[in-house]
Formats: sequence, structure tokens, C-alpha cells
Amino acid sequence: MTDTASGEGRHGALPALLWKIIKIFASVALTFLGLLLVTFLIGRVVPVDPVLAVVGDRASQSVYDRVFIELGLDKPLYEQFWIYLQKILSGDLGTSFLTKKPIVEDIARVFPATLELATVAIIIGTAFGIPLGVLAAVRQGKLSDQIVRVVGLIGYSAPIFWLGLLGLLIFYARLHWVAGPGRIDISYEYAITPRTGLMLWDSAMQGQWDAFRNALSHIILPAALLGYYSLAYISRMTRSFMLAELAQEYIITARVKGVAEWRIIWVHALRNAAVPLVTVIALSYAGLLEGSVLTETVFAWPGLGQYLTNSLQNADMNAVLGGTLVIGAIFVGLNLLSDLLYTLLDPRVRRR
Amino acid sequence: MSTREWLLTEQPGSRRQARMGQTYRTWLAFRRNRLAMVGLGIVLALVLVALLAPWLAPQDPIVGGSLRTERLLAPSWQHPMGTDDQARDILSRIIHGSRITLLVVALVAVIATPIGLLVGTTAGYYGGWVDTVLMRITDIFLAFPRLILALAFVAALGPGIENAIIAIAITSWPPYARLARAETLTIRTADHIDAIRLQGAHSARIIWGHVVPLCLSSVIVRVTLDMAGIILTAAGLGFLGLGAQPPQPEWGAMIAGGRRFILDHWWVATMPGLAIFVVSLGFNFLGDGLRDVLDPKAHK
Amino acid sequence: MTLLAVDNLTVTYPSRQGPQSVVRNVSFTLGRERLGIVGESGSGKSQTGRAILGLTPLPGRATADRLEFDGIDLRAASPRDWRALRGARMSMVMQDPKFSLNPVMTIGRQLAEAARRVASGRADARDRAVAMLEAVQIRDPARVMAAYPHELSGGMGQRAMIAMMLITEPDLLIADEPTSALDVTVQIEVLRILDDLVTQRGMGLIFISHDLRLVSSFCDRVLVMYAGRVVEELRAADLAQAQHPYTRGLMGCLPRIDADQRPLPTLQRDEAWAR
Repeated sequence: MTDTASGEGRHGALPALLWKIIKIFASVALTFLGLLLVTFLIGRVVPVDPVLAVVGDRASQSVYDRVFIELGLDKPLYEQFWIYLQKILSGDLGTSFLTKKPIVEDIARVFPATLELATVAIIIGTAFGIPLGVLAAVRQGKLSDQIVRVVGLIGYSAPIFWLGLLGLLIFYARLHWVAGPGRIDISYEYAITPRTGLMLWDSAMQGQWDAFRNALSHIILPAALLGYYSLAYISRMTRSFMLAELAQEYIITARVKGVAEWRIIWVHALRNAAVPLVTVIALSYAGLLEGSVLTETVFAWPGLGQYLTNSLQNADMNAVLGGTLVIGAIFVGLNLLSDLLYTLLDPRVRRR
Repeated sequence: MSTREWLLTEQPGSRRQARMGQTYRTWLAFRRNRLAMVGLGIVLALVLVALLAPWLAPQDPIVGGSLRTERLLAPSWQHPMGTDDQARDILSRIIHGSRITLLVVALVAVIATPIGLLVGTTAGYYGGWVDTVLMRITDIFLAFPRLILALAFVAALGPGIENAIIAIAITSWPPYARLARAETLTIRTADHIDAIRLQGAHSARIIWGHVVPLCLSSVIVRVTLDMAGIILTAAGLGFLGLGAQPPQPEWGAMIAGGRRFILDHWWVATMPGLAIFVVSLGFNFLGDGLRDVLDPKAHK
Repeated sequence: MTLLAVDNLTVTYPSRQGPQSVVRNVSFTLGRERLGIVGESGSGKSQTGRAILGLTPLPGRATADRLEFDGIDLRAASPRDWRALRGARMSMVMQDPKFSLNPVMTIGRQLAEAARRVASGRADARDRAVAMLEAVQIRDPARVMAAYPHELSGGMGQRAMIAMMLITEPDLLIADEPTSALDVTVQIEVLRILDDLVTQRGMGLIFISHDLRLVSSFCDRVLVMYAGRVVEELRAADLAQAQHPYTRGLMGCLPRIDADQRPLPTLQRDEAWAR
């Protein structure tokens, strides 16, 4: 390596970065196609006859046959998949048997509730998880490290719907610290004009502070529970990333420079650990979608998770598969986002 | 020379002695980890309770007592965990429910581990397009959150404990495949594998006979770490009414059953949840300890 | 005047077979001069350097009968005392800038962080950083200030490292294999820069290396270490009169341009040296 080598590296950085981004997008497209194939195939193995679901079981044979052909069930499987693909890509997830509305519309209506819940949860999980993880790494092997570890393992072990029920019992029914199930009390429900569908945001923007407080007291318990789950994961990963960084040579350099210990930990080491942590946070944000299915059921939270379980219990297969697909797509999207962020955040990756 | 000295010697006389010595050292390190020992105790207790359920349970788990006098009784000496809305003893139901939990965990492990191993080792061993295709499929399955995909499968197959097990197994194998592939990639180029290949062994034979055994230990640790997740997924499916069907004493379904009474009769939903919590905590402690011992990098 | 006095320095790590000492009873004094420490890898030379800076990594322990820097007893130094000493009065250049510079901070920020110890403010710190980069003969300081470590070549990185360690004008600099990770052609340049700065500022230097010839040409005095001990101490000029068989063995193994050595000489070790 000579002193001029650095010039080349800078010059070659852009195409390499672009190439990497193109590759990431191509792999995402392929994964998404796979998602579609999986939901399509699940839809085919359903024991429920899709024709009967449309026409009811008292329809005549001729009506049945007509619908059979309308649904394209006479065509070979690959052709059916092609039709399915075209429909999905044009934004048509089919119609819900339950609400009789297009599933896309249904999902657009319920999604903000889930988004709001998951966002508050990830804020709680990150705000507590990262400091706990850093603490555990700095005090490696000491009592505080053990405590953080056990707190994390408890988070991994308790069924969230059970904790939710206990939380409602204790904090709502007994102590009256928080509001009960639902997003907001009925008395406030029509006070807010839904703009974004995010209650906290809408009420704050419209200056409805009573409604805001009420919505906050509704969201805090389910969000704290969900947040605890991401905290378990985030604190554990923070700990291991921090341990890896604190063992690096540049930490010694910082010590030699006489940098204060807090600065070594929170600036030098954490900034390096932050790069992989972004991926972890994006993944746990996606993981909250999973947790939201059970949490929303317990807290009567009118979001995507509740929509999915409602559809399940009513054998509304179109809605189930639509919801599954949307969640899968969000999952893939967040993975993509974390990959891109990783590429942008780490000055080293840009060159590789 | 005592057995202990024989095991810990620095100069083992035979391969068997070396291997047993290694195992013993692992055990010594494991035994020092208090949380892991607690976990091991919980898991062993679960197995024992499941085996001896009919003898341990004080009452019948399915048929309750008098609906007029024995419904929703609070915990007492006679019913340590109270009774539910069908006047059944909750303790007895939890004891019998341990069999379902153990069954789920065991079957998922038995189904998912070989699939993951087969996919991962094949992809890693052959490389090239086989690798690309298999790993792409794995990524697709990983792209769904596990519970959601399991939900969709159960929705399609119909509710029930068998379908729940199949659905969980289908959603569990991808991480094992990833791991097995990574291990295979490091083993594939090892000299002794080359030597076997030169002797003219079949690829299938090399994979099953030589590559799989080398990947097995790390995959087993991973499966143990996953057990708690499997239990929670199964309980979640049960809670949503998609797993074991009533009157089977499945813990998740029992929580769902007690949900209506949570405000006045808290024990009906709390007790089975406690059982799930303790058992998955046990598996988590155990897995965590195993990882510390077997993967020194993680515990550094 | 004595800048650093080390008496019976021992660094010990616990192991399954009981405590193992990697540095054993090392004693020396240092004025405002250049002292070389030579030895093979594992001889304890780097551990000696780190122990002087109080940076023995856990679970290791460093003990000494005397460890004094400019009259300050380092054994009794609190973390706060150490922070006041490190960087400001004693510092260290490490082997490979690829690892020793923080990868996600620009060179400018890392320099400024060191400069803040002596600078009056942010702007002053920046000015000092630029001036220091010029002092290590970096022609385009503005570009280097904005660069991340991976964007620099090894030689540039090491110059930035030297600039960072000398920006506070310390009294003592420990250079731990400062050129071993660099290309041979760049090595000489970096050494010359280091030499000039050390001479100009009249600081004490401990130069740690495995390269006997380099050390002897660069330093005033040489300590030869083997298996954690100092086996010989002598003036660089008197190297030819070395007494210890290990030093003589090392000298014998140096390649020579004027003579054809066949077979290549190898070092014969004696168990007794390690005792």
C-alpha cells in the first residue's frame, strides 16, 4: 500500500456502493416473489372450497360452475399464480368475506393503530435496552451484568398475552394507573379528526391535550409490554457488540489519549457498536409485528394483529393471506432498510 | 488414579478417554453456571412431571367436579391452584398439560432439525446454484415472522394440535439451515473430507456420515435455545384457539379460557401462564448456559 | 534527570496452572533519551510498555517496587490521576493504524479530542491539529482531517497516529512497534519523522521493536528482553560487545550484505535464559 492508494479508494466508492444497493434490491424483489408464492400455495391447500365461500352452499350447479371459471380455478396452477401475481402487483388483495370490503382498504384502516403501538414500543425498548446492554458490557461478570441478563431472559420466557392479562388486572383493574383496553375512551373518540390515524400524533397536532393524555394512558401498558420484548433482544445484542468493541485497539488509543471513561464507552465504543445495532433495532421493530398479534387481541387494540386474528376465527382466508402478505412485506422492507442503513452508516462498508 | 484424574489428564491414552475427558470438562464448566443448572433442573422436572402425570395429578384433568359447588374456587389446600369454570382442578390440568408441551417441543425438534440440517449441509456442500436456490428458499421462510406464518399455515390446515406442530416445525427449520450451511462451509474444505472424497465416497454418504455429525452440536445448541420460542409459539396458537382444542389441557388454551374471569378469578388464567413462563425460562437458562460453555466466543 | 524509574516490574496473568508472569522483575531508568526494548514476540516487551501506562488488560496485574514518572508514584495513581497523565504527559504510538484508530470517527475529530487537553477551545484545537499534521509532513492536512481511517494508507494513518500522540507535547512517548505494519519504504520516512519530533521536543522515548538493527541505529540505549526478563542492557554503540548469548545469537542471525552466510544461522536457545 502506498500513500496514493487512498485516492483510488475514494474514486471507486460510488459505483461499489451503487452496485451493492442494486444487489440488495434484487434480492428483496426475489424474496418478495417467494412470499407471494408461499401465500398463494397456502391459499391452495385450504380445505375450504373457495367457490362455496363465494356462492354459499345452496347455489345451483350452474352458478357454481360459472364462479369456478370466474375464479380461474379451471386453469393450470402456474397460470393461476400468474393471475394472482398480477392482481397483487396492481394492489388488489381480494375482498374480505367478513367486511365485504377490499382487503387493502381494511388494512389501510387498521394499520396506523399497529404502527403507533409498535413505534411507542420500540422507543421504550431502545431507550432502556441500549443503556442496560452497555451497563452489562461495562460491568461484565458483575452483579449488574447478571441482573440485566436475567431481565432479558425473563423477557424471552413470559408469554406476552399472559403478561398483558396480568398487566390489565394489576395496573388497570386494581391500581387504576392506566386506562383499559382499546385505543381511547369513547367520549374522546370523535373529538379527534383522524388525519394520520395515529391517535397520539393527531390529538397533539389538533391541540386536544385531554384526548392525548387519554390515548397515552391507553397505549402505555401494551407498548411497555411489547417494548420489554424488544428490550430483551436489544440489551443482549448491545452487550455483545459493546464487549467486542471494548476489546479493540482503538479503545486503548483513546485511553492513552486520556479520554474520560464515559466518553470511551458512550462515544468511541457505542458509535462503533451502533452500526450493527441499527440492524438489531430494525429487526426487533419487525418482531413487534409478531408480538402485536397477541397483544392486540388481549388489549382489544384495533390494529393489524386483531384484524388478522378476527379473520382467522371467521375463516376469512383472503383476509388472513392478505394480512400475512402485508406483514411479510413490511418485514422484508425493514430488513432492506436496515441493510441500506448499515451500508450508509459504516464508513468502512461503503468502500468494500 | 481416580476416575476424575483419569478424565482430566493432560495426556489421554486413547481417543475415547480424550473425548470423555472433553465432555467431563464441558460438564464441569457447565456445572459452575448456576442459572444453567437451574434451567436443567426445570427441564428435568418437566420431563418427570410429564412422564408421571397420571400418578401426580390429584384429579381428573378433563372431567370436573360439581358445577354448582366447585366452579371457580380460589386456591386452597384442596385445590392448590384453584378450579376453573368447569369445576376442574387447575393443578391437575397443568400437570397433564406438561405432556402436550413436551410433545410439541419434542416433535418440532424431531421434524425441524433434520430438515434444517439436510437443507443447510446440502447447500453448503454443493455450493453453486444448489446453494443459491436452497438459501433463497430459506430466506423466504425467514422473511415471515414465525408466529404469523404459523398462523397462516394453521388457518389453511385447520386448527388442532397436530397441525400446530406441523406449522411450527415448518417455520422453525430455516435458522438451523443457515447455521448448518455456515458450519458446512468451514468443514467442506477440510483435509479429511478431501481424503474421504478421494476414496470415492458418495456425496450423500459424505454429507450424512461426515458433515452432518460435525454440524450437529452447534445445531443442537441452537435448537435448545429455540425451545422456549417453540413453547411460546405453541402457547400463542393455543391462546388464539388454533392449537390444541378443548377440553385438552393445553396451557395457552387454558389462559384463553380463563381470560373472561381475569378480573374476579385471577388464578384461572394466571396459573397456566406461570407454568409456561417457568418452563420456557428453564429452557432459556439451559440454552444460555450451553452456549456459554460450547461457544467460548460468545462469553469471552 | 530521571523521567521514569522502573524497579522490579512484574505483570502476572491468572491461568489454569496458577498465575503466569509475562514480565518478570524488569528494572530500568529513563531520562530524556531514546531507550530501545528488543525482544521476540511474547518476550513481554509490549506488556512492559502498557504496564507503564497503567493499561495492563484485565485480568492481568502489574506490580512493582517502584514505578515513578517525574516524581509521581504511578502505583498509587487514581483513575483521575491517570487521565491527567495519559495523553497530556505520556502517550503511546501503537503498531497498526488500521486497528488503533477509531474507524467511525474522522481523523480530525480524533486529533481534536487529543488536542482539547491543551487547547483553549474548539477552534484552537482544530488549528493545533492542522499544525501537527503538517509537522508529520502531511501535505494536505484539510483532506486528512476530513478522512476516515480506512481512507488513508498505512503510512498516512501512522503519521496521523503520531500527530495525535504528540499534539499535547508529552514528556514520554512509548512507540510500540510503530513501523512493523508498514511497507519498508514508508518505514524509514515515518521513523525519520518520529526521530525529528522526539529530538526537537526533547522528550523521553521508549522504542519497542523486534528489530535489533533498527533499534540499535535509532536509540541511545537498548534493553534486550527474553521470556519476560531483561537479559542485557547496553549502549547502542556497544552492541558489538554484547555479553549475553541470546543477544549474540540475535546479532549472529542478522543478514549481512558483505558476507555470504551458508547455511543461514539459526538461534540456539538455552532453557537457562528463561529462569
